[in-house]
Parts: sequence; structure tokens; C-alpha cells
Amino acid sequence: MEALLAKNVTKHYANHLALSDVSLTIPEKSIYGLLGPNGAGKTTFIRIINQIINSDGGEIRIFGEPLAEKHVSIIGYLPEERGLYKKLKVGEQLLYLAQLKGLSRKDALAKIKTWFEKFEIKDWWNKKVEDLSKGMAQKVQFISTVLHEPRLIILDEPFSGFDPVNAQLITENILELREKGSTIIFSTHRMETVESLCDQIALINKSKKILEGSKKEVKEQFRSNTFIVEHNNNAFQLDGGRYQILQQKPISENHTESTIRAASGIKGNQLIRELVDLTEVHRFEEKLPTMADIFISLVKGEGDEALKKHLQEV
Amino acid sequence: MKKILLIIQREFLNRVQKKSFLITTILVPLVFPAIMALLVVLMIREAESAKPDTVQVVDESGKCSFENTRRFNFVPLNMPLDQAKTVFQQSENFGLLYIPDFNLDKPDGFILYTKENPSIEKSEQLEGMIEDRLHDLKLEAFNISKEVLKNLKSNISLQQFRISESGEEKSSNSGILYGAGFLLGILIYIFVLVYGIQIMQGVIDEKTSKIVEVIVSSVKPFQLMMGKIIGIASVGLLQFIIWIVLITVLSSGIMAWLGTKMPQQQVMEQVAQQMDNEEAKEAIESQNSKISGFLSQMNQLPFARIAAVFVFYFLGGYLLYGALFAAVGSAVDSIQESQQFQFPITLPLLIGYMGLFLFILRDPHGPVSFWLSIIPFTSPVAMVGRIAFGVPDWQLALSMALLIGGFIFTTWVAGRIYRVGILMTGTKVNYKVLAKWFMLKN
Repeated sequence: MEALLAKNVTKHYANHLALSDVSLTIPEKSIYGLLGPNGAGKTTFIRIINQIINSDGGEIRIFGEPLAEKHVSIIGYLPEERGLYKKLKVGEQLLYLAQLKGLSRKDALAKIKTWFEKFEIKDWWNKKVEDLSKGMAQKVQFISTVLHEPRLIILDEPFSGFDPVNAQLITENILELREKGSTIIFSTHRMETVESLCDQIALINKSKKILEGSKKEVKEQFRSNTFIVEHNNNAFQLDGGRYQILQQKPISENHTESTIRAASGIKGNQLIRELVDLTEVHRFEEKLPTMADIFISLVKGEGDEALKKHLQEV
Repeated sequence: MKKILLIIQREFLNRVQKKSFLITTILVPLVFPAIMALLVVLMIREAESAKPDTVQVVDESGKCSFENTRRFNFVPLNMPLDQAKTVFQQSENFGLLYIPDFNLDKPDGFILYTKENPSIEKSEQLEGMIEDRLHDLKLEAFNISKEVLKNLKSNISLQQFRISESGEEKSSNSGILYGAGFLLGILIYIFVLVYGIQIMQGVIDEKTSKIVEVIVSSVKPFQLMMGKIIGIASVGLLQFIIWIVLITVLSSGIMAWLGTKMPQQQVMEQVAQQMDNEEAKEAIESQNSKISGFLSQMNQLPFARIAAVFVFYFLGGYLLYGALFAAVGSAVDSIQESQQFQFPITLPLLIGYMGLFLFILRDPHGPVSFWLSIIPFTSPVAMVGRIAFGVPDWQLALSMALLIGGFIFTTWVAGRIYRVGILMTGTKVNYKVLAKWFMLKN
């Protein structure tokens, strides 16, 4: 079953189109990266899932059911613009936010205690948020997002403003929550997050979805038949009609790394066969595009043929 | 519904737990009795210092003998003026009045000697007494007897009655009604303004601290707005109730403590002892009847009705304006920015407030007063100011129904602006933008 299924979701604002026929499939227990440049429509989509605004058309199903008011209790949302009541004490704040999500006072208290122990912040209950540092406040904010054990967690740029230690702590907790059965949606344009954490991605640009799939599939789709070879320092010549040497750089005293693009139809094995006669090969691997490469080329609309072909298919 | 209750509770506790709430709630009722006590103490002092002044009189005409009054004791001196001056210098008396052997047709040459400059009030009073005496002398010159003269004088106090439509007579005292209307009208005005601005401040805080996006992912914007409005209203009511209780207890305590020193009675008794003529007794009696009249007036005011009407208009007016203040708060990013929108909201409230002084307290049943107390935007201040004067039931019912309709309307309008406004930061907002938000479908 899908955690979230969006079909042809559309949203107009007064004079611009924020979402145009966006359909997404978010598998249960996945970590789903929602990518796109600023203003693409990510936040609008997230607000629609959170029922902060309504869509103009289309359908959204959450764990098989049409999205309804009762679902706020199974969603945890960390907005990009973080905010807490400045004058309120940390404990009371968490209690209030958890109760608004439908937890009973008793349950909320027990859960807050667990998280306080986990984050080693037991003495924070009576601290006012305005007295906390930015990183401390973000820990509190993260707890408030996941306190009610939501089945669907939506994190908008979760790592902005975190120091590496806290970012690591949050990452560990996100993975742990996924282990326990939660589905996580990341909205981000930080590609290292996507590379390391996400297993599913979608790319939204100019209010349209232009790409969706598992990270592996997407990368497969965007293979450019480029290979990286580490070899001895002697120069060699390849058939210019079939191979193109994109880059050659020395990486140690007697080793050089070459980036070679093969014409379509030529497999890696064939290249190895030809190289073995010319030089001593130390390392050979296919160069897969990084998410950043795919993102930039798609958004700029100047991708190579594979990308263009893909765009035509969508 | 459960979530609205949570929000109400939160908003209520946030404010009630603040030190500033405790301080204002306790200090304000202390200030009122303190002012009352100060006034009473001053009155007592005044009464004590108001012992009659002794005026020595050298009457060369032999026609002017004055009776003692509350203000003056007259002591005749049978000696020439020069000698009298020396006597006066050595005495501690207030003044020396010289009355020459005057010509009744052209009286002249009256002199008052004093050690300090006398107040205008005192010299005018003495002038008046001499003029009265001359008036009598002239009448006597026309052969009108003393008996007739005495009969000419009469002292009345105007009693006021209002005849209601059912023909029932109610005594009325416009002074008390004026005071009640004035006080209640101003209270409503201040309450609506102060708590309305608190709502606005709260909305702006939520918006600028960005917490609002987290909250509206759990509750509907309308629930958040109503929760805030009702939560702050309950703070206002609580504060008001504490004030009433504290003021009542403290005031009655202070009055009881001062009871033995009630200034009027004390003065009366003194005066009565010093004078035993008829006029003074009559004056005291009329004074007493005024006091008892005042008290019976107070008792006749329909307190329960006034209190109920006050609470209704406080809540109604607060809800009507509170929603609008919430809408303004949602549209702007800071208090400074809110100024331009605050003005049109407070204008009708201000009109009600001005109307209170210009029309309602002067002519509570005139057409302008009627309309001010019917139209929902001005009725909270106007009707509460008018209620003590007696308002026909149908007018009250109409005004209340319109006020309920009014706040449902403003809440609906405000809710539509609020739901969009709270998520919009950094937008340049004007009335056109507000209208656009209002029209935006959900």
C-alpha cells in the first residue's frame, strides 16, 4: 500500500499556477525526496497534504483513504520556517502541540519524557524557548514533529541550521523512525541528503512533476555511458569515432585517471578489452550521474539526449 | 471542538500566568478605593476648615444686624471705626465690616478690612448679604411688615419623577444616571480596545514566530482564531470579575472605616448646634432629604439588568471588534504595519465613544442616541451608556439581535482574511489585497 497517492493535483493562486496536474506515488516506509528549485510548488504540495490549504482539483489518498481532517493526527510536519512560542516553556509547548495533534495529556507527558531522555535534555522542561540557542530550539522542534508517532513525517529542509553533530543525531532518528514503520517525505534541494538518505525521489519544476522513481532507477535512466579508468601513466589513443576522452588527470606519481565516454551501443566490457592492450588498468567503474547532475541538467533544461528523451516521455 | 478548548485554555493560561496580569489585576482595584479614600479625607478636612469665619461689624447706620450663617459669625462692635480697627488687629478674626450711615437711595462706603486677601467667594457672599439687607430695608420703606417679608422666602428642592409607558412613576436623578452611563460606556470602550489589541498582538506574534504553520497543520485556521478570541475574552471577564469583587470589598471596607467620620452629617450637626433658627433647620432637612433621595435613587437603579446588559455588550462588542483585530493581525508582519488598518476599525468605536458624550448623556432618548445604540458597531458603547436612563425592551432586543448578527458577520469576514493572511509574510498588504484574500475560494 502507498503511504500517499496524489493524482492530478492542481492548485491556482490568484494569478499563477502553483501545481499543475501533479501525480506522485509515495511507497510506505520509504524515504521520499521531493526535489525542486525554490518556487517550484513543493511547499504548496506539502501544505495541501497538511490540509493547510485545499487543492483546486485532483485526488489525494493517504494509506488508502481519501485525505480527511482526521489524518492530521497521523502526519508530522516540520515546516522550513521553524517556529515555536518564544515565551512558552519547552515542556508546556511540547505538551500543547502534542495535544493539538490528538494525544491525551498523559500519553504526551510519557512520550515527552522518553524523548527528553533520548536527547539528554532532561532539565529543559522549564526553559523558555527564547532562552534556547538555535540548535537547541531545533531539537525541540524536531521532537514536536515526531512526538505523536506519525505514520507520515514531512520534513521541509530539515538540516538547514543544524550543526554536524545535531544533523547526525536527527539523521539517526529519522532512520530509526523509518525502521519503526514511518514514511518520510523530505523536501530539499540539498543533494547530499538525497544521495545518502532517500530511496525514492520526485522532481518538481515550474509547478510540474518532471521525474519520479527510485533513486536507483532514476540513476539508471540517466546513465551516459561514461566510465572512469585508473591506469598507468603512459598515454594511449582510442578510436575517436567510438570513444571520447573527457578528462585526464594524474592522481599519484604513476597513476592517471581518465574519464571516457563511449558511443551508445558500446558496453563497458568492450572498452576494458581495448584498454587492456594499451595500458595497465588499476580501476574501472561506470560513472553514474549524481542527483545534483540530474537535478541541475533537468532544471536548466539543457540535459543531454537521454534527459531530453526522458522529458519527452513524461 | 476539543481542539478549540485546548487553544482557549492555552491562550487563557499564557496571559493569566504572566506577572503583568497579576499586577494590573490587583493594582487597578487598589487605585479606585485609594482615590475614594483620598477624596473623603479631603472632604473631611475641608469641612473641618470650613468653620464659620468671625466678622466684626461696626454699624454706624444702626440698620444692619446680620444673622449668623454657616460661613460667617457676626460680632457687633459698638465703637468708632479707628478703635475697632485696633481691636480687630489684636483679634484672630477674619474681617472687620464697616457700614457707614448710608443713604438708602444711594448706598455707598461699605468697607471690609481683612488681614489676608479674602477669596472672591467670601467677599461676594458678604456683598450678597448686604444687598439682601438693603433689599429688605427698601421693602420696609414701602411699609411691608417683617411678617410678610419672612413669608416671601421659601426653600424648595425639585423632586424628579419619570412616568413610564405603563404609567408607573419612578423617581429619577439625572446625575446618577449620567454617572452610570458615563462610567459603563467608557469601560466598554476601554475593554474592547485593550483586549482587541491583545488579540491582534497575539496573532502577529504567532505569525512572526512562524509557529502558525505548525498549528494550522493540526487545527483549522478558523478554530485557531476563535480559540484565541475566546481565550482572551475569558481573561478579560476574569479580570473584570476580580476587579468588581475587590473594588466592592475594599470600597465598602473603607467606607465603613470612614463611616463615623461622614463629613456631611458632622457639618450638619455642628451647624445645627450653632444655630437654632428655622431657616437653618429647613436647610438641613432639605439636605438630608437630598442624601436619602440619592441613596434611594441608587437602590432604584436596576442593577441586575444593567449588569446583564453590560456583560452582554462587553462580550458582543468584544467579539465584533476582536474578529476584526484578528484579521488585521493576520494581514501584517508587525505592530507598526498594523496602524493603517487599525484606524478604520477603531473609528466606529470612537464614534460610539464621542456619541456617548455628545448625544447619549445629554439626550438619551433622542434620534441620534437611538441609532447609535442600535447600529452594531457603536451599540456596545452607546447602549451601555444609555441603559441606566431606561431603554424600551423592543429597542434593547433589536440592538442585541443586530449585535449578534454583527459579530457573526465580522467573524465570517475576518475568518476569510485570516486563513490566507497568516501564511503570507513579506507581502505588501493594502485593501485591494485584503479584498482579494477575502474573495479567494478555499
